[in-house]
Amino acid sequence: MSEDSYKFLIAGVGGQGTVLASDILAEVGIRLGYDTKKSDILGLAVRGGSVVSHIQWAPKVHSPVLDEYDVDYLIGFEWLETLRRLSYIKPDGFILANDCRIDPMTVTSGEANYPEKDRMMADFKKAAQHVQTIAGTRTALDLGNVLCFNIVVLGGLSTILGNEPDIWRAVIKERVPAKVADLNLTAYEKGRELIN
Amino acid sequence: MKALLSGNEAIARGAYEAGIEVATGYPGTPSSEILQNVSTYKTIYSEWSVNEKVAMDAAAGAAYSGRRALVTTKQVGMNVLSDSLFYTAYTGLEAGLVVLTADDPGMFSSQNEQDNRHYAKLGKFPMLEPADSQECKDFIVRGIEISEQFDTPVVVRTTMRTSHSKSVVELGGDPAQAGDVGPFTRNMQKYNCMCLWSKKRHPILEQRLLDLAEFAETYPDNFISWGDRDLGIIASGVVYEYARQVFPKASFLKLGMVYPLPQKKIKEFADGVKKLLVIEELDPFIEEQVRAMGIDAIGKALFPPCDELLPQTLQRIARENGLLPPVEKTLPALDTPDLPGRSPVLCAGCPHRSTFYLLNKMKLPVAGDIGCYNLGTLPPFNAQHTMGSMGASIGVLHGMGKSGLPEPAVCTIGDGTFFHAGIPPLLNMVHNHGKGTVIIMDNRTTAMTGHQDHPGNNYTLMGKPTKEVDIETLVRALGVEKVMSVDAFDVKAMGQALKECTAYDGTAVLIAKGPCIFVSRNPQPAYNVDTDKCVACGTCAKAGCPATIKIDEVNPKTKMKKAGIDPVLCIGCDICRQICPTGAIRKPE
Ligand SMILES: Cc1ncc(C[n+]2csc(CCOP(=O)(O)OP(=O)(O)O)c2C)c(N)n1
Repeated sequence: MSEDSYKFLIAGVGGQGTVLASDILAEVGIRLGYDTKKSDILGLAVRGGSVVSHIQWAPKVHSPVLDEYDVDYLIGFEWLETLRRLSYIKPDGFILANDCRIDPMTVTSGEANYPEKDRMMADFKKAAQHVQTIAGTRTALDLGNVLCFNIVVLGGLSTILGNEPDIWRAVIKERVPAKVADLNLTAYEKGRELIN
Repeated sequence: MKALLSGNEAIARGAYEAGIEVATGYPGTPSSEILQNVSTYKTIYSEWSVNEKVAMDAAAGAAYSGRRALVTTKQVGMNVLSDSLFYTAYTGLEAGLVVLTADDPGMFSSQNEQDNRHYAKLGKFPMLEPADSQECKDFIVRGIEISEQFDTPVVVRTTMRTSHSKSVVELGGDPAQAGDVGPFTRNMQKYNCMCLWSKKRHPILEQRLLDLAEFAETYPDNFISWGDRDLGIIASGVVYEYARQVFPKASFLKLGMVYPLPQKKIKEFADGVKKLLVIEELDPFIEEQVRAMGIDAIGKALFPPCDELLPQTLQRIARENGLLPPVEKTLPALDTPDLPGRSPVLCAGCPHRSTFYLLNKMKLPVAGDIGCYNLGTLPPFNAQHTMGSMGASIGVLHGMGKSGLPEPAVCTIGDGTFFHAGIPPLLNMVHNHGKGTVIIMDNRTTAMTGHQDHPGNNYTLMGKPTKEVDIETLVRALGVEKVMSVDAFDVKAMGQALKECTAYDGTAVLIAKGPCIFVSRNPQPAYNVDTDKCVACGTCAKAGCPATIKIDEVNPKTKMKKAGIDPVLCIGCDICRQICPTGAIRKPE
């Protein structure tokens, strides 16, 4: 039974669209026939703070919150935030890290340093067997709207998971605002192509 | 039909299925999404009341009139509404009344970690606690049933995790059509808590609690599931789900009603297991009652009273105490041990920025309040020196003003918070010769909790146009003589007004007017920096804007990094341009 369960953690910065992404991921789980639970942090933390969403697909889910060392897929929307949640990933887990750096105020003000990319990458590889970066932000900027990077990343994830893309397309179309549906569907396809 | 709903969405659905017709509340994380979702059901009248107490009184009035009613609040809002909730326990009601409190273990967005289960005991009413979204929906329906059967208000308590987690819900049917009500029941002995009548109501209340305890024995949401008899666990709420995950083989007594408790059922369960744990987040509310029954249960001796009690904490404690076999799991040592923190910040374009930039420069003592502007507490501003409860800033300022401090004091309060609890303390300053400057930060919305309407807006929760209350007129009507309204995006004018107000010998009010970017939704093209003119002095960074960044180019003399502007985040509010001493920040052509 446990083989047929998926635990996902999305780490990012408030305002990056982690809640929309976790909504989509949870809904896909339901359409695939799993019991699904997810948990987000809302409220004050949303204003540019560090945020995280927990999502599970399984035959039966009890806790909506995931444990450390127990996550199958750590989906990082930003380098530092991916690094911050490394303790959650299973040793044989998969880290999908969006190539994006957002400086926290402590770095802008010079109080703290943003870790170097090579060292972060080395740490990702120490923590998990599979590590893949994805140029979600770059791709979204090329598409003309940086906000849709989260859908690019989900596109990449869906290739990794090997799910039926039509389910994802349908859920994305329902969940994003109608006037940006086409943009997001394109973002999804671009994301799929970025991983192979 | 099935749907994936958050606890809060499910509660709204439950209100619909329960035939609730009037829903009131005041925003507050983690409860805010409930009324927002209720307002999508057209059979329910819903409103954001001006504060929790008013919401409670209005719901009582509806329930006295024969309309089923719901009140929603975050945990600290219970303190505000409790004075009114308590009288409804004495009076009972003509139709069902449910109060929903969303507690915040872990304090994700609250000033304290109070455990509102205590209110049930103090106010003498039943309390239900759902564990997932299905129960969130069902317990509202059950709450109304119990309320009507026992003539009592019923409180449903969620926590942040139950309110904000999503899980699958089997939806119920549509409610019966609402009928006519009235005329109003004139039963003063019941509904007027005059002491001579209220004294007669108290024994009724006590008997009702005994009846409810008997009812709890067979109430289906209190159930035992027998597993391994070596370990029995009593739990409620989301903690039950955590415990099920961590101790899959144990026996469980799951309590859907956390007050009053089913003593016989607890005894039966305790007798059936070798070791009994009571696993509770926050206070030993159930444990103390179980132990008072003479049952040897273990709870807070193992599980901490602070913070969320997440599965991984349960697991660690269980392993350390031999309840689960030990497992070694450690993360490999990382190259990057000290990560820079990432606190929330005022958004790029936020109208609160100029006030805190100036307060930091003027080094005045500031009594703070709660809202997005509480972020003025954090670096680089460090400019709210106290903060306790909504509306407290004005009363605290008054006390500071009466204390003979060597410097003029100010307080910062948002427009939403001013309407909620700021009017009486300002009136108090006027009446009692207060001295100090009240800065009302009028961003035209209740921003922090998700941009709900308040009396300063010209629309209601249900989208009806309404009268917009003008804060300046209101403040003058309260008797304040020194009142200035200033554009919050004009840093110079704000600075002058602050000087003038703080020099005033009496109660001064400065209304800093500027819409929240989520209200104005009017982003302007991003600004940029003329790097030749930038001397890397760091002044712009003192405005704490996430769009103001450092670039790699340095001032060759000081070796300091020059400023840049993130074109994705900047919305052209102009504040950084106004404060740049060298004129390096430019509005785009
Ligand atoms: C008694 C109580 N009710 C609700 C809350 C939740 N809450 C915190 S601040 C706030 C209002 C913020 O609105 P406003 O004062 O207009 O400031 P803004 O966030 O718009 O800057 C609310 C509802 C609380 N902390 N205490």
